[in-house]
Amino acid sequence: MNVTPVWAIFLGSIFTNNILFASFLGMCSFLVCSNRISTAVGLGSAVTFVMFFTTVLNYLLYRYLLVPLGLEFVSFIIFIAVIAAFVQFLEMFVERFSPELYYALGIFLPLITVNCAILGASLFMVIRNYSFVQTTVYGLGAGLGWFLAIALMAGLREKMGYSNVPVALRRTGVLMLIAGVIAMTFMGFTGMISTQ
Amino acid sequence: MITGFLAIAVTTGIFIALSIFLLIAERYLANYGVCNISVNDGSSIFEQQGGITLLSALYDHKLYVPSACGGKGSCGFCKVAVVEGGGPLLPTEIPFMTRAEQRSGIRLACQVKVKQNIQIQVPEELLAVKQFRARVALIRNLTHDIKEINLELIEPAQISHHPGQYVQLEAPDPEGGFIHRAYSISSPVYEDTKVQLVVRLVPDGIASTYVHNLNTGDEVVFTGPYGEFRIDDNPEREIILVGGGCGMAPLKNIVFTAETRWPDRKIKLFFGARTTKDIFYLDMFKELMVEHPNLQVHYALSDPLAPDEIWDGETGFVHLSVNKFLEDNADRQAFLCGPPPMIDAVTRILKDKGARDEDIFYDKF
Repeated sequence: MNVTPVWAIFLGSIFTNNILFASFLGMCSFLVCSNRISTAVGLGSAVTFVMFFTTVLNYLLYRYLLVPLGLEFVSFIIFIAVIAAFVQFLEMFVERFSPELYYALGIFLPLITVNCAILGASLFMVIRNYSFVQTTVYGLGAGLGWFLAIALMAGLREKMGYSNVPVALRRTGVLMLIAGVIAMTFMGFTGMISTQ
Repeated sequence: MITGFLAIAVTTGIFIALSIFLLIAERYLANYGVCNISVNDGSSIFEQQGGITLLSALYDHKLYVPSACGGKGSCGFCKVAVVEGGGPLLPTEIPFMTRAEQRSGIRLACQVKVKQNIQIQVPEELLAVKQFRARVALIRNLTHDIKEINLELIEPAQISHHPGQYVQLEAPDPEGGFIHRAYSISSPVYEDTKVQLVVRLVPDGIASTYVHNLNTGDEVVFTGPYGEFRIDDNPEREIILVGGGCGMAPLKNIVFTAETRWPDRKIKLFFGARTTKDIFYLDMFKELMVEHPNLQVHYALSDPLAPDEIWDGETGFVHLSVNKFLEDNADRQAFLCGPPPMIDAVTRILKDKGARDEDIFYDKF
């Protein structure tokens, strides 16, 4: 069992071990969908929601089905299937009960299925040997961390609309630089809490 | 070994459980009850179980909105005006819409889901569109890559159309389901139990390959007629027809229909081809010209003549011939069918010669 206190896991997954800036997971939607704060917030909340529920579901399946049967090696496939099914379900649910949110998220909802940060969170909870409570907190924290990262980037990109970026760096080039700088500032937190 | 089987069993079990869960969820979540679809201010109202797209709902009730891609949202043909109940415009529709269309509530029927009562407006002609079954009566090779397909209608037995309109032929998609492709009707309107199509084989084209492989006696299904080509009833107006390749189909229909109705009407047909191998129907038009002195037909070849080719007609791109044979500022209507550069070039010349936008009908492909 992992002995890290729950509060450390929560803060660590948001700041010191931010799934995007420390592990560089979920980069593709981070780069593509961060041009406006509103879309970033929409996608960020959807990712947080899905990440929280899929890590919990995957934990239960892993701990109480795969481990007793000695089938840890199929966990990748199972995790992916659970994520895909959950996103499908979520899409139907949101379309039914909140059409506004459904149209606002539009194409992003199905995109979450292939967001590697979500699979990453499920795999980290296995590698780090978290308990159920730790997993719950980690799933939520990692989602919020991803939310924070994309919201930060979207805010900077909206500001950047007014600045004169050198031609060679426009679009992805400058985004990678910014992501790198933010990642370094997040590394500054590392000394405070260690969650590995 | 046992672990292997266990792994397969567990994985399959979980997949099945997830699928069942999703099916149950869909049953309860995607159930929108019965919705009313009201067409053209209530001139027809039908009930529809919600949850499917507006396009398939309209097809189920025999309202055949044109659609070439079969509801994938990639052709942009299935535009209808949704007055109420369509929800907001989706990102998948925006590329197909002009700003004016976005403001006036035009939607792609294949992207709108029926979730509540919907009111739509469609052009009156669309209500006349039917689905036809027909039998292939005769197939002829016109050139090395163009075939003439003669269909005899089975059900309904008659079709009423305007010259220049097209039908949507259903062809099986190798990936499953059906696709629809538009082909103009080349048989004149008075032959109302037949439909003739002129189809060029497009490399790797699903529908054209299917059509080129049809045999006499095969059955096909199509919907129609569609299209906004309308000949002016005033026989004093000159008709200009310009086409290339299988763009000949609607023009042939217009020539025969118009010459039968107004034997002395002035008609000028221009046809652009590359080489003498691409020429078809020329002898037929020559015979027709004998009976109708006011019909002029000009074929133009754009490629330089090969040493063994014999040709006494026009040369160069077809718009040059149009420029050469049209006098300025005559009262005329023009119908153009062919590749976009040809249509653009001919449109420019027609406008120089005094034609207005509303006198020029075209079909770019």
